[in-house]
Amino acid sequence: MVLELHKPRPIWVIMFSTHHTDIGLLYMITSIAFLFLGGTLALAIRAELFFPGAQIIADSMTFNRMFTVHGTTLIFLFILPFAAGVGNYLVPIMVRYKDMAYPKLNAIAFWMIPPAAALVWLGFADFTWYAYPPYSVISAPAPAADMWIFGLKILGVSSVLGAINFIVTILKCKHPDLPLSKLPLFVWSIFTSSLIILVAIPTFAAALLMLLTDRLGVSGFFNPAVGGDPIAYQHLFWFTFHPEVYVLVIPAIGMMYEIIPRFSRKPIFSHSSGVIAFVLLAIVSFASWAHHMYATGMTFTVKTVFMIGTLAAVPASAMHVFNFLATMWGGRIKFTAPMKWSVGGIALFFAAGAGGVVNSAMPLDFITHDTYWVVGHFHLFVMGTIAFGSIAFFYYLFPYITGRMYNEKLADIHFYLSFVGAVMVFFTQHVLGLYGMPRRVFDYPAIPEWIVMNQIATVGAMIMGASMAIFLYNMIYSSAKGKPANMDDPWGLGGKYYYPYQRKNPRH
Amino acid sequence: MKAPENWIDMSEHSHWPEWVYIGVVVALLVYVGAEAWNIERIVEHIPEDAELITVTAQQWFWSFEHEDGTKEIGELHLKQGVPYKFEITSKDVIHSFNIPDYLVLMDAVPGRINTIWFVPVDAGEYEMQCREYCGLLHYNMRAKLYVEKA
Repeated sequence: MVLELHKPRPIWVIMFSTHHTDIGLLYMITSIAFLFLGGTLALAIRAELFFPGAQIIADSMTFNRMFTVHGTTLIFLFILPFAAGVGNYLVPIMVRYKDMAYPKLNAIAFWMIPPAAALVWLGFADFTWYAYPPYSVISAPAPAADMWIFGLKILGVSSVLGAINFIVTILKCKHPDLPLSKLPLFVWSIFTSSLIILVAIPTFAAALLMLLTDRLGVSGFFNPAVGGDPIAYQHLFWFTFHPEVYVLVIPAIGMMYEIIPRFSRKPIFSHSSGVIAFVLLAIVSFASWAHHMYATGMTFTVKTVFMIGTLAAVPASAMHVFNFLATMWGGRIKFTAPMKWSVGGIALFFAAGAGGVVNSAMPLDFITHDTYWVVGHFHLFVMGTIAFGSIAFFYYLFPYITGRMYNEKLADIHFYLSFVGAVMVFFTQHVLGLYGMPRRVFDYPAIPEWIVMNQIATVGAMIMGASMAIFLYNMIYSSAKGKPANMDDPWGLGGKYYYPYQRKNPRH
Repeated sequence: MKAPENWIDMSEHSHWPEWVYIGVVVALLVYVGAEAWNIERIVEHIPEDAELITVTAQQWFWSFEHEDGTKEIGELHLKQGVPYKFEITSKDVIHSFNIPDYLVLMDAVPGRINTIWFVPVDAGEYEMQCREYCGLLHYNMRAKLYVEKA
């Protein structure tokens, strides 16, 4: 494997490079930086909700802007770029090609992220990450909302360019001796998520343009005052962003497929069932978007159809969980940081999926919809599964990138604090939702149960915040002064054959 | 080049545990889906004698109009044991009408009228709130429901 920081180079050499590992590194460092920025906003939001009444954040407008940018940042500037970064690093190596198919396009896709991030952060829009009209058309303050729309537009183009590059690399540049069905599951995860991006994103791109022209007053697609239909936007939005949920989660599962067999010192239980589950998820992800909209007044038949579509995604997810457990079963498991984070992520993935079944059942959705239940539910995915998987992979790549070993004790503390924190925040939020607390509120009435549960959640968030500070210290300290890693086998797993991508690539 | 050794041969181990597991998962999902379908079908059936309340949302308060023309703002007085049908709409942006204690939830969408119904079974004082983000005072878009003894 080609290693990046092992031989130090000036930063501009990495920045202006078009080599896939350099761009992968840029993607990963950028995304981890945004993980910390977005996480800081989350801590401020949780601190504000510790007591009812206004404490830390001056007014509700600031609070609304903060949770909007928190969501936008972590979805578009942490999760997506992190997966793209890991994909850049590993996909060409795993398909045995010298680089991505279009190296310059690859660099362009990355360099679209900083200006988009600047637009989102300097604008600091307030209409939540899904920008529902008519609020986003008639009510949202001006420069911020338009900057957000442009920022998301750029990020969408960047995603599509990245997806095209991955698909071409995998289909056209793989070694001729390597059949598609034998590609590692991580490559399959990037392949399927890229296909979803390619089909889903253009719809949102169109919706964003319509939103923009509506805001400029030259059209009225979503504005009922001039005959438009705000629900149309919700359909377009969720047609993109329900599949996008799988774009976020599939690469994280793929990363776990890299880690779990190696640290269990066993082959994957079933490679083909992993492939089938990825493909199934990619297909059914398009059959469930309107389950976000049960309460908009849909007819019974439409709700039923989308409930079935939603439930259909569960067996494929369950196949992944089974595959992980069956792989670990009877293995000689080495519980170092990457494995701990993966196993923790799978546990929370299971919990999130179980909660999702509740959401999808029509009558129950009317209890949970737009309450803190939903906040807890999807955070179990985005934080509990995806961020956990990403952090696992970050620890896993760390010695290969830096040539040094991270501090295992600190990584241990990081994991246990984060896991406890995640359970405290997100499980409590589920219950809080059942008590009826709506999401996106700056303040809440002093109902004793609400106060207690908000306080548990805030303490959990602070624990997680502390663990992330430890993570940051560990990464910075260890990349400069950590023990040199044994590059053939950093974790002492003892098998040459657990690292397939280390096999000599004739083109590297 | 031959495939690396750790890519496994599918014939190596038995697959019946996975099929059993998938079967259990699918059975559970079918059960959940069927129950949800059945309950929702019953819940959505509005009784014919339900009294009509028109609910209008706007930034950031609720107004109610009874069948006899009585108007209320920020509070709603209902009678215990009587079925009520709400016709919900909005004047500006999307809101969501919610009585958490009675599990009543329906979006208030400008340009549309959504209906939902419920029977207040217990007398007392209940909270009503907005559950769809609607801007500056979304957190404070609340109203009181008073259910009077029959």
